[in-house]
Amino acid sequence: MVDVPLGSIGAAPAAAVDDVELYHPHSWLTKYVFSQDAKIIAIQYSLTALSVGLIALVLSWLMRLQLGFPGVFSFIDANAYYQFITMHGMMMVVYVLTALFLGGFGNYLIPLMVGARDMVFPYVNMLSFWIYLLAVLILVASFFTPGGPTGAGWTLYPPQAIMSGTPGGQDWGIILMLVSLMVFIIGFTMGGLNYVVTVLQARARGMTLMRMPLTVWGIFTASFMALLAFPALFVGAVMMLFDRALGTSFFMPAIAEMGQPLERSGGSPLLFQHLFWFFGHPEVYIVALPAFGIVSDLISTHARRNIFGYRMMVWALLAIGALSFVVWAHHMYVSGMNPYFGFFFATTTLIIAIPTAIKVYNWVLTLWRGDIHLTVPMLFALAFIVTFLNGGLTGLFLGNVVVDVPLSDTMFVVAHFHMVMGVAPILVIFGAIYHWYPKVTGRMLNDALGKLHFWITFLGAYAIFFPMHYLGLMGVPRRYYEIGEMSFVPPSAHMLNAFITIVALIVGAIQLVFVFNLFWSLRHGRPSGGNPWRATTLEWQTPETPPPHGNWGRELPVVHRWAYDYSVPGAAEDFLPQNQPNAQARQGTSNE
Amino acid sequence: MSSILLFLSALLPIGMWWLLRQGVMSKPWLEQGVVEGLPGPPPTSAAKVGLGVFLAVIGSLFALFISAYAVRMQMPDWRDVPLPNILWLNSGMLLLSSIALQGARNAARDGDAMALKIGLLAAGVTALAFVSGQLLAWRQLTGNGYLLTSNSANAFFYVLTGIHGLHVLGGLAVLGRTTAAAWRGRLSERLKLSVELCAIYWHFLLVVWLILLSILAGWAGSFVEICRQLLT
Amino acid sequence: MAVALILVLITVGSVAFHLLSPWWWTPIASNWAYIDSTIIITFWITGAVFVAVVLFMAYCVYRFRHQPGRQAHYEPESRRLELWLTVVTGVGVAAMLAPGLFVWRQFITVPQDATDVEILGQQWQWSFRLPGPDGKLGVSDTRLISPDNPLGVSREDPAGQDDVIVEGGELRLPIGKPIKALLRSVDVIHDFYVPEMRAKMDLVPGQVSYIWFTPTRTGTFEILCAELCGVGHAQMRGTVVVQEQSDYQAWLQDQASRSFARLAPAAQ
Repeated sequence: MVDVPLGSIGAAPAAAVDDVELYHPHSWLTKYVFSQDAKIIAIQYSLTALSVGLIALVLSWLMRLQLGFPGVFSFIDANAYYQFITMHGMMMVVYVLTALFLGGFGNYLIPLMVGARDMVFPYVNMLSFWIYLLAVLILVASFFTPGGPTGAGWTLYPPQAIMSGTPGGQDWGIILMLVSLMVFIIGFTMGGLNYVVTVLQARARGMTLMRMPLTVWGIFTASFMALLAFPALFVGAVMMLFDRALGTSFFMPAIAEMGQPLERSGGSPLLFQHLFWFFGHPEVYIVALPAFGIVSDLISTHARRNIFGYRMMVWALLAIGALSFVVWAHHMYVSGMNPYFGFFFATTTLIIAIPTAIKVYNWVLTLWRGDIHLTVPMLFALAFIVTFLNGGLTGLFLGNVVVDVPLSDTMFVVAHFHMVMGVAPILVIFGAIYHWYPKVTGRMLNDALGKLHFWITFLGAYAIFFPMHYLGLMGVPRRYYEIGEMSFVPPSAHMLNAFITIVALIVGAIQLVFVFNLFWSLRHGRPSGGNPWRATTLEWQTPETPPPHGNWGRELPVVHRWAYDYSVPGAAEDFLPQNQPNAQARQGTSNE
Repeated sequence: MSSILLFLSALLPIGMWWLLRQGVMSKPWLEQGVVEGLPGPPPTSAAKVGLGVFLAVIGSLFALFISAYAVRMQMPDWRDVPLPNILWLNSGMLLLSSIALQGARNAARDGDAMALKIGLLAAGVTALAFVSGQLLAWRQLTGNGYLLTSNSANAFFYVLTGIHGLHVLGGLAVLGRTTAAAWRGRLSERLKLSVELCAIYWHFLLVVWLILLSILAGWAGSFVEICRQLLT
Repeated sequence: MAVALILVLITVGSVAFHLLSPWWWTPIASNWAYIDSTIIITFWITGAVFVAVVLFMAYCVYRFRHQPGRQAHYEPESRRLELWLTVVTGVGVAAMLAPGLFVWRQFITVPQDATDVEILGQQWQWSFRLPGPDGKLGVSDTRLISPDNPLGVSREDPAGQDDVIVEGGELRLPIGKPIKALLRSVDVIHDFYVPEMRAKMDLVPGQVSYIWFTPTRTGTFEILCAELCGVGHAQMRGTVVVQEQSDYQAWLQDQASRSFARLAPAAQ
């Protein structure tokens, strides 16, 4: 971990490389397996993350089966159920979304979009992937240990997480989970340094910060936040590992188990929660900011219009990034912390809604007076706006301290965060894959299959999570193995649960169409050419598609304009690539 | 959690200053061609910038450990650890190590190969002495009955010194490579950069250690207490 | 066209679901009607924003769909429009935040005349301790827990001698009197949650947290655990019975004499 920047001095900054042959891979193994090419690493990251995503999807099916049809499936007992929700949550948040947005899209897009040959520390970049893979393997291995994986919930609150009343608490489950997280964080730090320093150092000539596409801004800001926030999880994991394995009392107060006092005293369970959410809240935005950035570019490209209020979009990203470090305790309003903190954290949380709202307005205003092509990526982007808006607005319930009191720890919370940081970012991921697949493979994904995939995924996900809010409003708590008899829950609610489960099964199954499309189009997709969407940003201007090692052939691109010159009045085409020097179109366009 | 917030609020103005210098208020659609007025990628090497960002990450890690320490020490069961005297010797060693490496850095800049080798060796030896001294301190503490599990103050002592020691060891691995390169080859630009990065890293770890020491010794607590009384 | 229509249908459908579906909160049984009001305010404001934005989006998708010859309008930004939207958003946020903070202040300020009741969680059942005739709860400590003292109540403290202990049974409360619930856990984190009372708070081992509420309607309500506490989390249920003052006093007298007889048989 320590020698990250030092060990990589050998790699010259990409901008200064004249000879593309400098670190050309020579064998199949170094080209496709132990590759130092960011694009290959990106694909490795993405495929690993998507595989983990499929595991997490199956886990969600299993838990939905239990919730929709309690008692029908005898192999899902309470132990298994809690293990499923824990692994589903942790996998999706950390090992799928974070890894896919930063490791996958970050690696592929940053060098191409800023006009660099590669990341600045390619060797460290390669290590980052292999360490990530190791973390995934450790995590998955916990399914095969005695006692199984941990069932502590993805928040891993002590003392519960390390006690015998929780699956995996006194077995290997929790240990492997903590070790896997620590390994992941080390691997991520290596990757994150690359993403940040590449943006800082390796931008092409003329690529000022304010000419960068919002995708790069989003990934850059999120990487920086992740670098500062993940240590909090690391600290929590180290201390909990000590508590579990060596018997210290960092988080363990004097407690009794099964009527017998244990040999612990004085520890603070709330300390862990503070550490966890100091990581956990920025983590929400670590997933959201790249999605914000990507969706801005999708909307702008497919509406043939500059992103409305680009400067405001950048400032809002930065403001959200900074503010997200001072809102963490809004996850802890009913945790028994000092209640006066509630005033502060409710205020900061609701303030963060303002820059977020500005982003939503600007997306919609980009559509306004545009020339909207309803391509598959655009459909996903529109769906993102709907789901993100919905999830963001329910966030105003949960962030506003007293409104949160009846709703926290109910299905309302589950519905909210799935809408806002589950469904919405995943829709962006799909949109982004449909958008950039032609660049990665040189072929288009099948449009009809894409539309089928889109409509079922979007409408299905909305039908799953929108009604779920009302279960929570009714008072149904989350993380219940079975609701059973509750006097305030009418029988119709059980029908609603069964309905949600059936829709979840359908939405899950339709993802197979997507996976099929990914593989089928590799061979049979329509050849795309270099710039099928007629986009302005640099990654579409590479001399070859898919771009080879080194991206740009002999000469690096020179950037002459910002990333959003769409439909400039007087221009021959409705887009001006960033590296196009001639601005035959610019006279009299400025309205400032 | 005030230490980490303090740390982040120190980073914030740096970030804002940098963003403003990079023209974050400008209107990019009005500018075309290769803008020369704004600084392009700065002349600093990527490795140095990378180290800077990495130090921010380590800083965040230690700030969070210190935050946790500050929360935990307010619990009633907390019993301070008497610091073994050898810690003062160790601190001296780490200081010497930092000075030696700074000497090596200056020697590399001036092209003095002999002084460079001596500086690197001296830095390596004193850093090793620091790590061994820390291990001795652990042995003394366990020998005196301050076990890991008997009180959280002890546990924090072992964890904080351990994490810091691991960072020193990681640095030593890189320093070893750099020293070997200094012995083998001529004074290349790459070697100069290596030495410089090592020196920066060393100074940073020295500062971290002094902060940790002041916290473990309780000075930081008294300092905060005095400030609080002055303010109220 | 179809896309715009579906966006409109989503909006209409969501609003219709909100208004017409049978799933809504359970009737309140405590003084926290204010909390319900803040939720209603939030529903109105956020609902209006949701409808406005999605309908506007649907309009854009229909009106500015790609047609031959259409060119998008070139306009990088409009400071006036953005400023205006920011201000409106700020006002909306303030309109939700201000009542929220106001009610939160009440929520954490316990009235002077509130009666202390201890609620104790353990894997996986609820226990309760009510002050006896002296109106005070005795000291307790997790380290005193043993099979014949499952709550860890100190035997030394005279205030604890007459405490009424209810293990794994019903919590009885009088109607119309403010209750300060002192929440304590002996093992892991639990959460005391009665949907009808709206109030909710974690029970954290090693500390005592609190909430307060005034029951406003008699009846029997369910206590749920709302913080994952291990494999029996969903089974950790209890009952709270809100009674008329006179019924409650009669029950309390009866319990107090019983537990007095149990705890201090030699003294009688």
